[in-house]
Amino acid sequence: MTADIASKPIRVLVRRHSLLVRLTHWVNALSLCLLLFSGLQIFNAHPALYWGQQSDFAHPWLAMGAYEAGGQLHGATQIGPVTFDTTGFLGASKQGTALVQRGFPSWLTIPSTRFLALGRRWHFFFAWLFALNGALYIASGVLGGHLRRDLAPTVEQLKPRHVLHEIWDHMRLRFPKGEEARRYNVLQKGAYLGVVALLLPLMILTGMTMSPSLDADFPWLLDLFGGRQSARSIHFITANLIVLFFFVHIVMVVLSGTWNNVRSMITGRYAIRLRPPEPAPEANLLGDAP
Amino acid sequence: MNRRGWLAGAAASLSSLWLAGCDKIAEDPNVVKALASAEGLNRGVQRLLGRGAMAREFTRADISPAFRANGSIDPPDEDYKALVAANFAGWTLVVDGLVERPLALSLDQVRALPRRTQITRHDCVEGWSCIGEWSGARMGPLMAMAGLRPEAKYIVLHCADTLGDAKYYETLDRVDVDHPQTILAYEMNGAPLTVAHGAPLRLRAERYLGYKQAKYVMRLEAVDRFDHIGGGQGGYWEDQGYDRYGGI
Repeated sequence: MTADIASKPIRVLVRRHSLLVRLTHWVNALSLCLLLFSGLQIFNAHPALYWGQQSDFAHPWLAMGAYEAGGQLHGATQIGPVTFDTTGFLGASKQGTALVQRGFPSWLTIPSTRFLALGRRWHFFFAWLFALNGALYIASGVLGGHLRRDLAPTVEQLKPRHVLHEIWDHMRLRFPKGEEARRYNVLQKGAYLGVVALLLPLMILTGMTMSPSLDADFPWLLDLFGGRQSARSIHFITANLIVLFFFVHIVMVVLSGTWNNVRSMITGRYAIRLRPPEPAPEANLLGDAP
Repeated sequence: MNRRGWLAGAAASLSSLWLAGCDKIAEDPNVVKALASAEGLNRGVQRLLGRGAMAREFTRADISPAFRANGSIDPPDEDYKALVAANFAGWTLVVDGLVERPLALSLDQVRALPRRTQITRHDCVEGWSCIGEWSGARMGPLMAMAGLRPEAKYIVLHCADTLGDAKYYETLDRVDVDHPQTILAYEMNGAPLTVAHGAPLRLRAERYLGYKQAKYVMRLEAVDRFDHIGGGQGGYWEDQGYDRYGGI
C-alpha cells in the first residue's frame, strides 16, 4: 500500500516561460493573425504569383480567377499546370448572398470588402509591431540565454536514434511528462527554431523587398530572393508555412494538455509529474513502517 | 426549418455579425488614424537609410514585352481628346506656384531640357511588376530653371485625366525633385508615350509605387501645403485612403 502511494507521481509546477517570452508570444500571435488577414486583402488586389523580376501575366505559377458558365460564376485556382474548381472559397466566393470574383473569401480578409488601401494600413502598422516585438524577443533571447539554453538542441538530442525515438513517440502521441518535460524535446526545438530563426525573419525580409524604396537601398536583398515577383511568391509561401505551423502548434497544444500549456504561456507555470525516489527494497519487508 | 438548416442559418448570421463587427473596427476613423502612424515610420526610416539611393536599372533585354497600363488608359476629358487629335500641338507644360520664374513650355522645349534614359521596374500597388525604358526631362534642372522658392515643400502634378469623378493629381516631396531618376518622361521603350501610358508627359519617380507615377501631366505647381487641392490628401489615390508616401 505505502509503496503504491509513495510511487504515485507528484504534480509539480515549474517555471517554464519568462514574462518576456509570454508577452512577446501573445503580441506575436496577435500581429501574425492581423498580418495574415490584411495580407490576404493585399494579395486579392492581384491574385496571381510569378517567378523572377517582373510579372509574366500569361504565366503565373499560381492564380485565382473566376469565369461564368451555365449562368453561374465559378472560382478557379491554378497551381502550375493544374486548375482546380474552388467555387465558394478561392476565385469566387459569397459576399452577402451573391457569388463575386475575389481571390480569398471575405471572411479571411481585413476588411471583409475589397479595400486594398485599408488592408495596407493594417498590414504596415502590424508589420512594425511584429518586427519590433520580434527584435525584442531575439535580443533578449540571445543576451539572456533563452535561445541557447531552451531552444538549441543538445548534442545528445541530435543523435539520429534519439530523433527517431522522438518521432516514434510523437506518432503514438506519447509526450514526456516527468523529468524530461522540464525541457523542450528535439522536435519542439526544431519547430520553434525553424519559425523563430527562419520563417519569421524571411517574412520580414521578403516584406521589405516589396518596397521599391528599400529595393533601391538594398538591391542585394532582392537579388537574394531572385527578383521582386519571386520575393512576393516567397512572402506568400512563407506565410502559408506559418499558417501550417500554427495548426500543428494548436493540435500539439491540445494533445499534450491544453490547459497546462495555455497556463504556462499566461502565468509561466507548467505542471510536470515527478516520481518520488523508489523506496529501498527492505522497506517493503518492514511492512507498514515508514 | 430542420435542425441542420437552423444551424447553418445561425452560423451564417453569426459569421456575418462577426464580419460586420470586424469591419466596424477595421474602418473606424480613429483606428485608421492610429494605423496610419506607421506611414510616417515607413517614410522616416526609409529616408534615413536611403539618402538618395538609385533604383536598380536593367538592360534592354529585361524590358517587359507587355507593360500593363493601369488607371486611366483613355481619358474621357474633352480638352485632352482635342490635344490627342492635334497630336499635342499647342500642348504646354505650366510650371508655377512658389517659383521665381513661372514657365510655360512646349513639348519641344521640354524635349530640349537635360535628358535622362532609364530602364526600371514599375511596381504597382496591386502587386505586379513590369520593366520599361523611360526617357525624359530631369525634374531637378527644370525646377532650377523655374527657381523653386525656399518655402516650396511639395510639387503638385496636375493631370489632364479624370478618373471616377475627380481629376488625377499627385504630390512629390521636395527632396525627390533633385533625385537623378525623377524625370518627366516623354518616351517609353524608345517611342513617344502612347495615350495608355500617359502621353505626352508622365512622371517617373522610380523609388515609388505606380500610383505616384502621374500620367498626362499638364502643370507642376510648387506649394507649401496641399490640403486645399482635390480631397486634400496629396493625390487622387491618397484621397481614396492610400498613403502619400507610396514607397512600399
